[in-house]
Amino acid sequence: MSVPLTLLGLLEREPSHGYDLKRDYDALFGRGKPLPFGQLYATLSRLARDGKVVVGDPEPGAGPDRKRYVITEQGATDFEAWLAEPVAAEPHLQTVLFAKVVLALMLGRDAQGYLDAQRAAHLQRMRELTEARRGGGLVDALLADHGLFHLEADLRWIDLTAARLGALAKEVSR
Amino acid sequence: MSTPAVEARDVRFSFGSTPALRGATVAVAPGEILAVMGPSGSGKSTLLHCLAGILVPDAGEVWFAGRRIDTLGEAERSALRRDRFGFVFQFGQLVPELTAEENVALPLLLGGTRRREALARARGWFDRLDLAGLEQRRSGELSGGQAQRVALARGLVAGPEVLYADEPTGALDSLTGEHVMELLVGSAREQGTTVVLVTHEPRVAAYADREIVVRDGTVTTLTPAAGGS
Repeated sequence: MSVPLTLLGLLEREPSHGYDLKRDYDALFGRGKPLPFGQLYATLSRLARDGKVVVGDPEPGAGPDRKRYVITEQGATDFEAWLAEPVAAEPHLQTVLFAKVVLALMLGRDAQGYLDAQRAAHLQRMRELTEARRGGGLVDALLADHGLFHLEADLRWIDLTAARLGALAKEVSR
Repeated sequence: MSTPAVEARDVRFSFGSTPALRGATVAVAPGEILAVMGPSGSGKSTLLHCLAGILVPDAGEVWFAGRRIDTLGEAERSALRRDRFGFVFQFGQLVPELTAEENVALPLLLGGTRRREALARARGWFDRLDLAGLEQRRSGELSGGQAQRVALARGLVAGPEVLYADEPTGALDSLTGEHVMELLVGSAREQGTTVVLVTHEPRVAAYADREIVVRDGTVTTLTPAAGGS
């Protein structure tokens, strides 16, 4: 999650005060990990320094947080470019999962047992996400779906690897 | 665990000389939703058919509600399937000559319920499964998702103690499949129905309380690893 670009996206919608930005960020993207105020204002300062947002004059009102942030042309261009660019589709060949299977086979350990345990852990997480999406709104469902599809992809890899363990063992023990 | 709803004890079954189950053991608790996973040809559908009394094992035992059922004759097993079990398969297998509501009412009609009452009970399921207005359609006039929901209604209409579902979303796209699963799980939980759900899709299995994996005709029971990887 890119915090600066996500904040630019929120500002692209409408100019906002810092407090409102944090509230919207936490509600949509925080997911139990709220954006600390320190990080929020440091990020906004950097965006202002780089000419991507401008900071309005303090407005009269209660509390210190009465500055309004407005996205600039440069900020909007950066945000659009980020939005249009697909995330790198990495093959993840060096994941912990992969390393553990190969090492287990190499060392004559129980690779099948490890895959089974991993499979159970993955499915347990999928059950939790399925439960969350059933009880939540559409935004929660979208996020849960993203997690579910990724876990499913891992599970398919686990199944295929389990089916190939014999051949794989020969390959890595050469 | 209390008396299991259904149980297979060291069940063996061969198709001719090809073994499909080589000593499969599993117990499903009352009200539990169990996902049966495994590669193609691993024996998961054969296990379901043995548990449901469709196939009779070559060896081993099958129990339902504290009663051994693999030793029963075909007529008794047939009555059991009709009166106590419900079924949903990958392709709805609706009777094309009948309307949707007649299809749903079928298990009740076969069980001797009067036509008027059977149809009334069947109609009650159309609202519950988002099928209102489709009562008079025939299977050829239903979409895949609608047909599968009609099949689900048929599987549940008689209030079965165990619902056997074999790849119930296998022929559906993700969104439609998810809708069918929501309704299947929701209805089963509401009625306290035990579900044995054969699927190769992890996202479908994730609706279950627990999963087993069938490999080479035997059952591997997985327990979640503590603390993950």
